[in-house]
Amino acid sequence: MAKTGTDLVKRGMAEMQKGGVIMDVVNAEQAKIAEESGAVAVMALERVPSDIRAAGGVARMADPTIVEEVLNAVSIPVMAKARIGHIVEARVLESMGVDYIDESEVLTPADEQYHLNKRDFTVPFVCGSRDLGEAARRIGEGASMLRTKGEPGTGNIVEAVRHMRMVQSQVRKLTSMDLDEVMTFAKEIGAPYEVLLQIREAGKLPVVNFAAGGVATPADAALMMQLGADGVFVGSGIFKSDNPAKFAKAIVEATTHYQDYKLIAELSKGLGTPMKGIDIASLSPENRMQERGW
Amino acid sequence: MKIGVLALQGAVAEHVRTVKAVGAEAVLVKRVEQLADLDGLILPGGESTAMRRLIDRYNFLEPLRAFGASGKPIFGTCAGMILLAKQIHNQESSHLGLMDMTVERNAFGRQVDSFEADLAIKGVAEDFPAVFIRAPYILEAGDGVEILSEDTGRIVAARDRHYLATAFHPELTKDTRLMGYFLRMVEDAAGKVAHN
Repeated sequence: MAKTGTDLVKRGMAEMQKGGVIMDVVNAEQAKIAEESGAVAVMALERVPSDIRAAGGVARMADPTIVEEVLNAVSIPVMAKARIGHIVEARVLESMGVDYIDESEVLTPADEQYHLNKRDFTVPFVCGSRDLGEAARRIGEGASMLRTKGEPGTGNIVEAVRHMRMVQSQVRKLTSMDLDEVMTFAKEIGAPYEVLLQIREAGKLPVVNFAAGGVATPADAALMMQLGADGVFVGSGIFKSDNPAKFAKAIVEATTHYQDYKLIAELSKGLGTPMKGIDIASLSPENRMQERGW
Repeated sequence: MKIGVLALQGAVAEHVRTVKAVGAEAVLVKRVEQLADLDGLILPGGESTAMRRLIDRYNFLEPLRAFGASGKPIFGTCAGMILLAKQIHNQESSHLGLMDMTVERNAFGRQVDSFEADLAIKGVAEDFPAVFIRAPYILEAGDGVEILSEDTGRIVAARDRHYLATAFHPELTKDTRLMGYFLRMVEDAAGKVAHN
Protein backbone atom coordinates (compact mmCIF):
# COMPACT_ATOMS: atom_id res chain seq x y z
CA MET A 1 0.00 0.00 0.00
CA ALA A 2 0.97 3.64 -0.34
CA LYS A 3 3.38 4.83 2.36
CA THR A 4 3.95 8.53 3.08
CA GLY A 5 6.77 10.21 4.99
CA THR A 6 9.37 7.48 4.29
CA ASP A 7 13.11 8.25 4.12
CA LEU A 8 13.03 7.64 0.37
CA VAL A 9 10.20 10.11 -0.14
CA LYS A 10 11.67 12.74 2.19
CA ARG A 11 15.27 12.49 0.97
CA GLY A 12 14.11 12.05 -2.63
CA MET A 13 12.36 15.41 -2.51
CA ALA A 14 15.76 17.04 -1.79
CA GLU A 15 17.39 15.00 -4.59
CA MET A 16 15.01 16.70 -7.03
CA GLN A 17 16.34 20.10 -5.93
CA LYS A 18 19.93 19.30 -6.87
CA GLY A 19 21.78 21.74 -9.06
CA GLY A 20 19.24 24.38 -8.17
CA VAL A 21 18.88 27.57 -6.16
CA ILE A 22 16.50 28.02 -3.23
CA MET A 23 15.67 31.67 -2.57
CA ASP A 24 14.51 33.51 0.55
CA VAL A 25 11.31 35.50 -0.07
CA VAL A 26 9.12 37.59 2.21
CA ASN A 27 5.97 37.96 0.06
CA ALA A 28 4.08 36.66 -2.98
CA GLU A 29 5.63 39.16 -5.35
CA GLN A 30 9.17 38.09 -4.47
CA ALA A 31 8.15 34.43 -4.67
CA LYS A 32 6.92 34.96 -8.24
CA ILE A 33 10.15 36.70 -9.23
CA ALA A 34 12.08 33.75 -7.76
CA GLU A 35 9.98 31.17 -9.61
CA GLU A 36 10.21 33.13 -12.85
CA SER A 37 14.00 33.30 -12.57
CA GLY A 38 14.27 29.51 -12.26
CA ALA A 39 14.48 28.92 -8.49
CA VAL A 40 13.77 25.28 -7.55
CA ALA A 41 12.07 26.32 -4.30
CA VAL A 42 11.46 29.35 -2.13
CA MET A 43 11.94 29.86 1.59
CA ALA A 44 9.02 31.87 3.00
CA LEU A 45 10.20 34.24 5.72
CA GLU A 46 9.03 37.29 7.60
CA ARG A 47 12.46 38.91 7.29
CA VAL A 48 15.62 37.90 5.42
CA PRO A 49 18.63 37.08 7.66
CA SER A 50 20.36 40.45 7.23
CA ASP A 51 17.19 42.18 8.46
CA ILE A 52 16.84 39.69 11.33
CA ARG A 53 20.41 40.61 12.28
CA ALA A 54 19.63 44.33 12.07
CA ALA A 55 16.32 44.07 13.97
CA GLY A 56 17.70 42.03 16.87
CA GLY A 57 15.33 40.60 19.49
CA VAL A 58 13.74 37.16 19.20
CA ALA A 59 13.33 35.82 15.65
CA ARG A 60 10.44 33.35 15.30
CA MET A 61 8.60 31.33 12.65
CA ALA A 62 7.06 33.62 10.00
CA ASP A 63 3.49 34.85 10.35
CA PRO A 64 1.32 32.09 8.78
CA THR A 65 -0.29 34.78 6.59
CA ILE A 66 3.01 35.24 4.76
CA VAL A 67 3.59 31.49 4.45
CA GLU A 68 0.07 31.03 3.08
CA GLU A 69 0.51 33.92 0.64
CA VAL A 70 3.68 32.33 -0.74
CA LEU A 71 2.12 28.83 -0.85
CA ASN A 72 -0.67 30.24 -3.01
CA ALA A 73 1.59 32.30 -5.26
CA VAL A 74 3.89 29.63 -6.75
CA SER A 75 3.83 26.03 -7.96
CA ILE A 76 7.43 25.26 -6.95
CA PRO A 77 8.02 23.84 -3.45
CA VAL A 78 7.76 26.18 -0.49
CA MET A 79 10.01 25.86 2.54
CA ALA A 80 9.74 27.70 5.86
CA LYS A 81 11.86 28.04 8.98
CA ALA A 82 11.05 26.85 12.48
CA ARG A 83 13.14 27.58 15.58
CA ILE A 84 15.55 24.85 16.74
CA GLY A 85 13.60 22.50 18.99
CA HIS A 86 10.26 24.27 18.52
CA ILE A 87 7.97 21.30 18.06
CA VAL A 88 4.82 23.38 17.70
CA GLU A 89 6.16 25.83 15.10
CA ALA A 90 7.22 22.81 13.05
CA ARG A 91 3.84 21.11 13.46
CA VAL A 92 2.05 24.34 12.47
CA LEU A 93 4.11 24.64 9.29
CA GLU A 94 3.53 20.95 8.52
CA SER A 95 -0.22 21.39 8.98
CA MET A 96 -0.19 24.31 6.51
CA GLY A 97 1.26 22.07 3.79
CA VAL A 98 4.77 23.53 3.70
CA ASP A 99 6.94 21.21 1.58
CA TYR A 100 10.14 21.36 3.64
CA ILE A 101 10.99 22.80 7.06
CA ASP A 102 14.33 24.39 7.87
CA GLU A 103 15.10 23.87 11.56
CA SER A 104 17.18 26.96 11.47
CA GLU A 105 19.82 28.72 13.54
CA VAL A 106 18.80 31.94 11.76
CA LEU A 107 15.87 32.06 14.18
CA THR A 108 16.36 32.28 17.94
CA PRO A 109 16.56 28.71 19.32
CA ALA A 110 13.59 27.54 21.38
CA ASP A 111 15.56 24.73 23.01
CA GLU A 112 19.19 25.05 24.05
CA GLN A 113 19.74 21.32 24.43
CA TYR A 114 17.69 19.37 21.94
CA HIS A 115 16.85 19.55 18.27
CA LEU A 116 13.55 18.26 16.91
CA ASN A 117 13.02 14.53 16.55
CA LYS A 118 12.45 14.92 12.83
CA ARG A 119 11.62 11.24 12.28
CA ASP A 120 8.23 11.88 13.90
CA PHE A 121 7.14 14.18 11.07
CA THR A 122 5.75 13.44 7.61
CA VAL A 123 7.22 16.69 6.26
CA PRO A 124 10.97 16.54 5.55
CA PHE A 125 13.54 18.76 7.29
CA VAL A 126 16.73 20.54 6.28
CA CYS A 127 19.30 21.42 8.96
CA GLY A 128 22.56 23.34 9.04
CA SER A 129 25.95 21.82 9.86
CA ARG A 130 29.53 22.98 10.21
CA ASP A 131 31.24 19.61 10.38
CA LEU A 132 30.57 15.91 9.98
CA GLY A 133 29.70 15.42 13.65
CA GLU A 134 26.92 17.97 13.45
CA ALA A 135 25.80 16.63 10.05
CA ALA A 136 25.63 13.06 11.38
CA ARG A 137 23.71 14.11 14.51
CA ARG A 138 21.11 15.87 12.37
CA ILE A 139 20.85 12.82 10.07
CA GLY A 140 20.48 10.70 13.20
CA GLU A 141 17.55 12.89 14.28
CA GLY A 142 15.96 12.42 10.86
CA ALA A 143 17.04 15.42 8.76
CA SER A 144 16.46 14.59 5.06
CA MET A 145 18.68 17.35 3.70
CA LEU A 146 21.67 19.33 4.98
CA ARG A 147 23.14 22.71 4.29
CA THR A 148 26.25 24.48 5.49
CA LYS A 149 25.50 26.98 8.22
CA GLY A 150 27.89 29.58 6.89
CA GLU A 151 27.19 32.88 8.56
CA PRO A 152 23.73 34.03 7.44
CA GLY A 153 22.97 37.62 6.55
CA THR A 154 26.62 38.63 6.21
CA GLY A 155 27.13 38.39 2.43
CA ASN A 156 30.47 36.81 3.34
CA ILE A 157 31.16 33.39 1.84
CA VAL A 158 34.11 32.47 4.07
CA GLU A 159 32.16 30.50 6.68
CA ALA A 160 30.15 28.52 4.12
CA VAL A 161 33.45 27.59 2.44
CA ARG A 162 34.92 26.53 5.78
CA HIS A 163 31.91 24.36 6.61
CA MET A 164 31.69 22.73 3.18
CA ARG A 165 35.42 21.93 3.14
CA MET A 166 35.26 20.59 6.68
CA VAL A 167 32.39 18.18 5.97
CA GLN A 168 33.96 17.00 2.71
CA SER A 169 37.40 16.40 4.20
CA GLN A 170 35.93 14.52 7.15
CA VAL A 171 33.89 12.32 4.80
CA ARG A 172 37.08 11.57 2.84
CA LYS A 173 38.91 10.77 6.06
CA LEU A 174 36.11 8.47 7.21
CA THR A 175 35.90 6.57 3.92
CA SER A 176 39.61 5.77 3.92
CA MET A 177 39.64 4.87 7.63
CA ASP A 178 40.15 1.38 8.97
CA LEU A 179 36.92 0.03 10.48
CA ASP A 180 38.74 -0.33 13.83
CA GLU A 181 39.13 3.44 13.99
CA VAL A 182 35.52 4.49 13.34
CA MET A 183 34.18 4.28 16.90
CA THR A 184 36.89 6.55 18.28
CA PHE A 185 36.37 8.95 15.37
CA ALA A 186 32.62 8.94 16.19
CA LYS A 187 33.45 9.79 19.80
CA GLU A 188 35.86 12.56 18.79
CA ILE A 189 33.43 14.32 16.47
CA GLY A 190 30.28 13.56 18.47
CA ALA A 191 28.63 11.58 15.67
CA PRO A 192 26.28 8.58 15.92
CA TYR A 193 28.36 5.48 15.05
CA GLU A 194 25.69 3.86 12.85
CA VAL A 195 25.36 6.96 10.68
CA LEU A 196 29.14 7.06 10.19
CA LEU A 197 29.13 3.40 9.16
CA GLN A 198 26.53 4.18 6.48
CA ILE A 199 28.55 7.14 5.20
CA ARG A 200 31.74 5.08 5.15
CA GLU A 201 30.00 2.33 3.19
CA ALA A 202 28.44 4.70 0.63
CA GLY A 203 31.47 7.00 0.39
CA LYS A 204 29.19 10.02 0.70
CA LEU A 205 26.50 11.59 2.86
CA PRO A 206 23.13 9.81 2.60
CA VAL A 207 21.34 13.14 2.01
CA VAL A 208 22.04 16.11 -0.25
CA ASN A 209 24.14 18.96 1.16
CA PHE A 210 23.46 22.50 -0.08
CA ALA A 211 25.52 25.62 0.52
CA ALA A 212 24.02 28.39 2.63
CA GLY A 213 24.98 31.35 4.74
CA GLY A 214 26.79 34.11 2.89
CA VAL A 215 26.21 33.54 -0.85
CA ALA A 216 26.14 37.08 -2.30
CA THR A 217 27.24 36.84 -5.95
CA PRO A 218 26.97 34.43 -8.92
CA ALA A 219 30.66 33.64 -8.42
CA ASP A 220 29.98 32.72 -4.78
CA ALA A 221 27.27 30.29 -5.87
CA ALA A 222 29.59 28.74 -8.48
CA LEU A 223 32.39 28.49 -5.91
CA MET A 224 30.20 26.48 -3.57
CA MET A 225 29.17 24.14 -6.42
CA GLN A 226 32.82 23.64 -7.29
CA LEU A 227 33.55 22.71 -3.67
CA GLY A 228 30.95 19.97 -3.93
CA ALA A 229 27.67 21.57 -2.85
CA ASP A 230 24.58 19.92 -4.35
CA GLY A 231 22.85 23.29 -4.74
CA VAL A 232 22.63 26.73 -3.17
CA PHE A 233 20.43 28.66 -0.76
CA VAL A 234 20.51 32.40 -1.28
CA GLY A 235 19.12 34.48 1.52
CA SER A 236 19.61 38.19 1.74
CA GLY A 237 21.67 38.46 -1.48
CA ILE A 238 18.88 38.59 -4.04
CA PHE A 239 16.18 40.89 -2.74
CA LYS A 240 18.73 43.22 -1.13
CA SER A 241 20.35 43.81 -4.54
CA ASP A 242 19.51 46.64 -6.97
CA ASN A 243 17.85 44.43 -9.60
CA PRO A 244 16.49 41.26 -7.93
CA ALA A 245 15.10 39.62 -11.11
CA LYS A 246 18.38 39.98 -12.97
CA PHE A 247 20.39 38.98 -9.93
CA ALA A 248 18.24 35.89 -9.31
CA LYS A 249 18.63 34.70 -12.92
CA ALA A 250 22.38 35.23 -12.79
CA ILE A 251 22.70 33.14 -9.62
CA VAL A 252 20.62 30.33 -11.16
CA GLU A 253 22.75 30.23 -14.31
CA ALA A 254 26.03 30.38 -12.41
CA THR A 255 24.87 27.42 -10.31
CA THR A 256 24.02 25.33 -13.39
CA HIS A 257 27.20 26.19 -15.28
CA TYR A 258 29.56 26.62 -12.37
CA GLN A 259 32.61 25.70 -14.43
CA ASP A 260 31.83 27.98 -17.36
CA TYR A 261 33.87 31.00 -16.31
CA LYS A 262 33.23 33.05 -19.45
CA LEU A 263 29.52 32.71 -18.85
CA ILE A 264 29.89 33.69 -15.18
CA ALA A 265 31.84 36.76 -16.30
CA GLU A 266 29.01 37.68 -18.68
CA LEU A 267 26.27 37.26 -16.15
CA SER A 268 28.17 39.13 -13.45
CA LYS A 269 28.26 42.27 -15.60
CA GLY A 270 26.18 45.24 -14.52
CA LEU A 271 24.47 43.52 -11.61
CA GLY A 272 24.81 46.66 -9.52
CA THR A 273 26.09 46.68 -5.97
CA PRO A 274 25.75 43.39 -4.13
CA MET A 275 24.89 43.57 -0.43
CA LYS A 276 27.58 45.33 1.58
CA GLY A 277 28.58 42.40 3.74
CA ILE A 278 30.15 41.94 7.14
CA ASP A 279 33.66 40.80 8.10
CA ILE A 280 33.17 37.72 10.32
CA ALA A 281 35.97 38.83 12.68
CA SER A 282 33.91 41.93 13.53
CA LEU A 283 31.00 39.77 14.76
CA SER A 284 31.13 38.95 18.45
CA PRO A 285 30.52 35.23 19.23
CA GLU A 286 27.02 35.93 20.57
CA ASN A 287 26.13 37.49 17.21
CA ARG A 288 27.26 34.45 15.23
CA MET A 289 24.22 32.43 14.23
CA GLN A 290 26.40 29.43 13.39
CA GLU A 291 27.14 28.86 17.09
CA ARG A 292 23.48 27.97 17.59
CA GLY A 293 22.73 24.25 17.41
CA TRP A 294 23.93 21.32 19.51
CA MET B 1 24.30 2.46 -26.67
CA LYS B 2 24.82 6.05 -25.60
CA ILE B 3 22.10 7.49 -23.38
CA GLY B 4 22.17 11.15 -22.36
CA VAL B 5 20.69 12.65 -19.21
CA LEU B 6 19.65 16.28 -19.52
CA ALA B 7 21.78 17.83 -16.77
CA LEU B 8 20.39 21.31 -16.30
CA GLN B 9 18.89 20.60 -12.87
CA GLY B 10 17.51 17.70 -10.85
CA ALA B 11 18.27 14.07 -10.02
CA VAL B 12 20.86 13.56 -12.75
CA ALA B 13 23.44 11.40 -10.94
CA GLU B 14 20.83 8.76 -10.04
CA HIS B 15 19.83 8.29 -13.69
CA VAL B 16 23.48 8.11 -14.74
CA ARG B 17 24.03 5.34 -12.19
CA THR B 18 21.00 3.41 -13.48
CA VAL B 19 21.99 3.82 -17.14
CA LYS B 20 25.43 2.38 -16.33
CA ALA B 21 23.84 -0.42 -14.30
CA VAL B 22 21.99 -1.70 -17.41
CA GLY B 23 25.21 -1.66 -19.42
CA ALA B 24 24.80 1.49 -21.51
CA GLU B 25 27.07 4.51 -21.72
CA ALA B 26 25.80 7.60 -19.82
CA VAL B 27 26.40 11.18 -20.93
CA LEU B 28 25.67 14.33 -18.90
CA VAL B 29 24.03 16.71 -21.38
CA LYS B 30 24.62 20.39 -20.64
CA ARG B 31 25.13 21.66 -24.21
CA VAL B 32 22.99 21.36 -27.33
CA GLU B 33 25.91 19.99 -29.41
CA GLN B 34 26.04 16.89 -27.21
CA LEU B 35 22.63 15.68 -28.46
CA ALA B 36 24.04 14.65 -31.84
CA ASP B 37 26.04 11.71 -30.42
CA LEU B 38 23.20 10.15 -28.45
CA ASP B 39 20.99 7.12 -29.12
CA GLY B 40 18.47 8.07 -26.43
CA LEU B 41 17.79 10.77 -23.86
CA ILE B 42 16.45 10.96 -20.31
CA LEU B 43 14.66 14.02 -18.95
CA PRO B 44 15.17 13.64 -15.20
CA GLY B 45 13.08 14.58 -12.20
CA GLY B 46 13.53 18.05 -10.75
CA GLU B 47 11.54 21.24 -10.97
CA SER B 48 9.93 21.52 -14.40
CA THR B 49 9.61 25.32 -14.28
CA ALA B 50 13.31 25.70 -13.36
CA MET B 51 14.33 23.27 -16.12
CA ARG B 52 12.20 25.09 -18.67
CA ARG B 53 13.88 28.42 -17.84
CA LEU B 54 17.28 26.81 -18.46
CA ILE B 55 16.06 25.03 -21.62
CA ASP B 56 15.03 28.42 -23.00
CA ARG B 57 18.16 30.20 -21.91
CA TYR B 58 20.42 27.71 -23.72
CA ASN B 59 18.16 27.27 -26.76
CA PHE B 60 17.49 23.61 -26.04
CA LEU B 61 13.78 23.63 -26.94
CA GLU B 62 13.94 23.13 -30.73
CA PRO B 63 16.96 20.79 -30.64
CA LEU B 64 15.13 18.59 -28.09
CA ARG B 65 12.01 18.54 -30.30
CA ALA B 66 14.16 17.68 -33.31
CA PHE B 67 15.85 14.90 -31.33
CA GLY B 68 12.43 13.38 -30.68
CA ALA B 69 11.25 13.93 -34.26
CA SER B 70 14.30 12.06 -35.55
CA GLY B 71 12.89 8.91 -33.93
CA LYS B 72 15.36 8.69 -31.06
CA PRO B 73 13.72 7.59 -27.78
CA ILE B 74 13.15 9.96 -24.86
CA PHE B 75 12.29 8.89 -21.30
CA GLY B 76 10.84 11.51 -18.94
CA THR B 77 10.43 10.96 -15.19
CA CYS B 78 8.18 13.25 -13.11
CA ALA B 79 9.28 16.75 -14.24
CA GLY B 80 10.52 15.03 -17.42
CA MET B 81 7.01 13.71 -18.04
CA ILE B 82 5.65 17.26 -17.74
CA LEU B 83 8.25 18.45 -20.26
CA LEU B 84 7.16 15.73 -22.73
CA ALA B 85 3.40 16.32 -22.52
CA LYS B 86 1.40 17.94 -25.31
CA GLN B 87 -0.89 19.60 -22.80
CA ILE B 88 -0.63 20.67 -19.17
CA HIS B 89 -3.85 20.99 -17.19
CA ASN B 90 -4.71 24.64 -16.33
CA GLN B 91 -1.77 25.98 -18.33
CA GLU B 92 -2.05 27.61 -21.73
CA SER B 93 1.23 26.35 -23.09
CA SER B 94 3.24 23.17 -22.79
CA HIS B 95 6.98 22.52 -23.12
CA LEU B 96 8.28 20.00 -25.69
CA GLY B 97 4.78 18.79 -26.58
CA LEU B 98 6.02 15.44 -27.91
CA MET B 99 3.73 12.95 -26.15
CA ASP B 100 0.03 12.89 -26.85
CA MET B 101 -1.29 13.35 -23.30
CA THR B 102 -2.56 15.91 -20.80
CA VAL B 103 -0.78 15.96 -17.46
CA GLU B 104 -1.61 17.68 -14.21
CA ARG B 105 1.25 19.04 -12.10
CA ASN B 106 1.54 18.30 -8.35
CA ALA B 107 -1.60 16.25 -8.87
CA PHE B 108 -1.26 14.10 -5.75
CA GLY B 109 -0.86 17.16 -3.51
CA ARG B 110 2.05 18.73 -1.66
CA GLN B 111 5.18 17.06 -0.24
CA VAL B 112 3.39 15.62 2.82
CA ASP B 113 1.26 13.62 0.33
CA SER B 114 4.30 12.20 -1.47
CA PHE B 115 4.39 8.40 -1.21
CA GLU B 116 5.88 5.03 -2.13
CA ALA B 117 3.84 2.21 -3.66
CA ASP B 118 4.47 -1.06 -5.50
CA LEU B 119 3.05 -0.95 -9.02
CA ALA B 120 2.34 -3.36 -11.82
CA ILE B 121 3.93 -1.98 -15.00
CA LYS B 122 2.98 -3.65 -18.28
CA GLY B 123 5.93 -5.40 -19.88
CA VAL B 124 8.24 -4.44 -17.01
CA ALA B 125 7.25 -5.82 -13.60
CA GLU B 126 4.36 -6.86 -11.36
CA ASP B 127 5.82 -5.21 -8.26
CA PHE B 128 7.87 -2.19 -9.25
CA PRO B 129 8.82 0.05 -6.29
CA ALA B 130 7.61 3.51 -7.30
CA VAL B 131 8.50 6.72 -5.45
CA PHE B 132 6.12 9.63 -6.06
CA ILE B 133 7.36 13.09 -5.06
CA ARG B 134 4.99 16.01 -5.57
CA ALA B 135 4.16 13.95 -8.60
CA PRO B 136 2.06 14.72 -11.66
CA TYR B 137 -0.18 12.18 -13.36
CA ILE B 138 -1.70 11.73 -16.79
CA LEU B 139 -5.26 13.04 -16.91
CA GLU B 140 -5.88 12.03 -20.51
CA ALA B 141 -3.89 9.88 -22.90
CA GLY B 142 -4.33 10.08 -26.68
CA ASP B 143 -5.55 7.10 -28.75
CA GLY B 144 -2.07 5.97 -29.74
CA VAL B 145 -0.75 6.05 -26.19
CA GLU B 146 -0.21 2.77 -24.40
CA ILE B 147 -1.02 2.96 -20.70
CA LEU B 148 1.63 0.99 -18.81
CA SER B 149 0.60 1.58 -15.22
CA GLU B 150 -2.09 3.06 -13.02
CA ASP B 151 -2.16 3.84 -9.31
CA THR B 152 -5.65 3.93 -7.77
CA GLY B 153 -7.14 4.65 -11.19
CA ARG B 154 -4.68 7.36 -12.17
CA ILE B 155 -2.32 6.88 -15.10
CA VAL B 156 1.28 7.05 -13.89
CA ALA B 157 3.27 5.41 -16.71
CA ALA B 158 2.70 5.46 -20.47
CA ARG B 159 4.37 4.98 -23.81
CA ASP B 160 3.66 6.84 -27.04
CA ARG B 161 5.76 5.45 -29.94
CA HIS B 162 9.42 6.07 -28.90
CA TYR B 163 8.49 8.22 -25.91
CA LEU B 164 8.26 6.82 -22.37
CA ALA B 165 7.03 8.70 -19.31
CA THR B 166 6.55 7.94 -15.61
CA ALA B 167 5.06 10.14 -12.89
CA PHE B 168 7.34 8.44 -10.33
CA HIS B 169 11.11 8.20 -9.90
CA PRO B 170 12.60 4.82 -10.89
CA GLU B 171 16.06 6.36 -10.45
CA LEU B 172 15.63 6.67 -6.67
CA THR B 173 15.61 2.90 -6.11
CA LYS B 174 18.07 0.21 -7.15
CA ASP B 175 15.48 -1.47 -9.41
CA THR B 176 16.78 -1.23 -12.99
CA ARG B 177 13.94 -3.04 -14.80
CA LEU B 178 12.32 0.10 -16.18
CA MET B 179 15.68 1.39 -17.42
CA GLY B 180 16.20 -2.03 -19.03
CA TYR B 181 12.87 -1.51 -20.85
CA PHE B 182 13.99 1.93 -22.06
CA LEU B 183 17.35 0.52 -23.19
CA ARG B 184 15.47 -1.98 -25.38
CA MET B 185 13.48 0.91 -26.89
CA VAL B 186 16.79 2.67 -27.62
CA GLU B 187 18.31 -0.47 -29.18
CA ASP B 188 15.22 -1.04 -31.33
CA ALA B 189 15.26 2.56 -32.56
CA ALA B 190 19.00 2.43 -33.29
CA GLY B 191 18.42 -0.80 -35.26
CA LYS B 192 15.73 0.89 -37.35
CA VAL B 193 17.91 3.93 -38.06
CA ALA B 194 20.80 1.64 -39.11
CA HIS B 195 18.47 -0.23 -41.52
CA ASN B 196 17.27 2.90 -43.30
